Amino acid sequence: MDVIVCVKQIPDPETPAAAFKVDEAAMQVLPAQGISPVISPFDAQAVEAALRIKDASGDGTVNIISLGPDSARDAIKHSLAMGADEGYHLKDDAFDGGDAWTTALALSKAIQHIGVPDVLIFGRQAADWDQGTVGSIVAELLDLPSATVLRAVELSGDSITVSRVVADGFENVELPTPCVLTISNEFGDPRYPQLRQIMQAARKQVTELTASDLGLDASEVGAAGARVQMHALYQPTSDVEVEIIEGDTPEEKAAGLVNALREAKIL
Amino acid sequence: MASILVIGETDDSGLTAPTLELLGAASRLSGNLGGGVALALIGSGLADAAAAAGPAGADSVYTADADSLAGYQTDSYLPVAQGIVELDSPSVILMSQSSIGRDLAPRLATRLGTAAIMDSLGLEVDGDRVKATRSCYGGNARQVVTVQTNPQVITVRPKSQDPIEADASRSAEVIDVNVAEPTLRARTTGKEQAESEGIRLEDAEIVVSGGRGLGGPEAFADLESLAGVLTAAVGSSRAACDLGWYPPSQQVGLTGTVVSPTLYVAIAISGASQHMAGCGGSKNIVAINKDPDAPIFSFSRFGIVDDYKKVLPALEAAFADALD
Repeated sequence: MDVIVCVKQIPDPETPAAAFKVDEAAMQVLPAQGISPVISPFDAQAVEAALRIKDASGDGTVNIISLGPDSARDAIKHSLAMGADEGYHLKDDAFDGGDAWTTALALSKAIQHIGVPDVLIFGRQAADWDQGTVGSIVAELLDLPSATVLRAVELSGDSITVSRVVADGFENVELPTPCVLTISNEFGDPRYPQLRQIMQAARKQVTELTASDLGLDASEVGAAGARVQMHALYQPTSDVEVEIIEGDTPEEKAAGLVNALREAKIL
Repeated sequence: MASILVIGETDDSGLTAPTLELLGAASRLSGNLGGGVALALIGSGLADAAAAAGPAGADSVYTADADSLAGYQTDSYLPVAQGIVELDSPSVILMSQSSIGRDLAPRLATRLGTAAIMDSLGLEVDGDRVKATRSCYGGNARQVVTVQTNPQVITVRPKSQDPIEADASRSAEVIDVNVAEPTLRARTTGKEQAESEGIRLEDAEIVVSGGRGLGGPEAFADLESLAGVLTAAVGSSRAACDLGWYPPSQQVGLTGTVVSPTLYVAIAISGASQHMAGCGGSKNIVAINKDPDAPIFSFSRFGIVDDYKKVLPALEAAFADALD
């Protein structure tokens, strides 16, 4: 089975809240000192899902696409080191300032350029903007069936069986190929590349593609083509002042907490 | 033509709580946008839910009622939703950030030639646009955004909007929509219901939640015992769910359930932004953590700095006494 995974390089979501800073005027997140960007964790899980499908089917390829500035190459290289075959980097100043729509549009053109595979996999959402729409938009643009927010993916003959995380449990869904899947954190840990694989990945091919390579005009992508406009970006503030319940023993602390909750009429 | 179309959801009790919240938001927004509020219901056996639409704030209600629509499937709901939008020509479409909304909103928006803003916390009219405030960067930041194309598709986080007080004297015009036999490509073949002992997380007045700091799955039995005393639901951080210590259905956070109980007891939870995205709306947070610098304390009204293993038995006894 041939699989394409779309990945994104983002500021490390494990960045401690204290190190997270926003430039409100530029409406941008400032890079945290000494904390390197990473492949979005859901995307690494998507690559893992793709590699397992390839292994289970016994043949095929796993190719990676990422749209973004130079740093997007690192997300592609990470995926290649995990075991993916080839990378495609959608890189063009014209892509700057885009939104989920323009990103999905460029990705869908790139997928058609490479050849629509049996399965297309995305992370459930990029852990920076947390929108979670690109996979579904690509599915709609390519007129493919989709299943989103998955904790398990299995190959069963020519079709794909998945388990969808829903509010009160899980739904089993069967999809024909080609189809689009988005992977949730419940999927489990992705493999971590070993040094030898990182060295091998350095020799794997990454093809750069521009907007015009994809048949897209600069007016269709980036800020010019965006359908969503941002007006502000800021850090929320908490106005709660914590009262630490003191005590010499756990019993005293517990009693103190219960009293405090009663006095505040919470209990 | 309505200015706002709410794509609602139903359960055994009729309209779901998030649907009532969406109708509340739509009623408030429509005052400034002009035009009415329509509700779209897609499913099977919708008569009771449709009757509740007027009192909850809808001026009209579209019902697509068919056995084939009994459960959500992307391929069956999408063309029906598209058909209702074409009948109604709304300028704004609201959906809940639910399993259905997450899946349907971006595909529907794309099919309509527009875009979707997901998981809004606040909505405000600005000219003919609805400005949505939403959480991003795992809860570390907020952004204010508008959809520049029409219609503006927006999903709304449950419990972020208030319903209006039900007015039994109001009624909504019911418009039945013809449903064609759907062509299913992806097919739902079965459902595994999460074991739901006790109180549903999203309905609970008190939630007792545990995180990675518990050190292992055994500790959740102690949390369940405490929850029994408090008549509380038990939640878990994503870290603890990902480690397999507690079922994903009990996950509180950005990628799990959003709760807003009167009292949220966070035990051995550090307070990562993505967790706070799920419990930050709680009226009171109490944190028990041995790390005095844990971020959770900056969101909490009361805190105990100690090893939860020592505090929990004493706390359960103290609550049992107090509530006796």
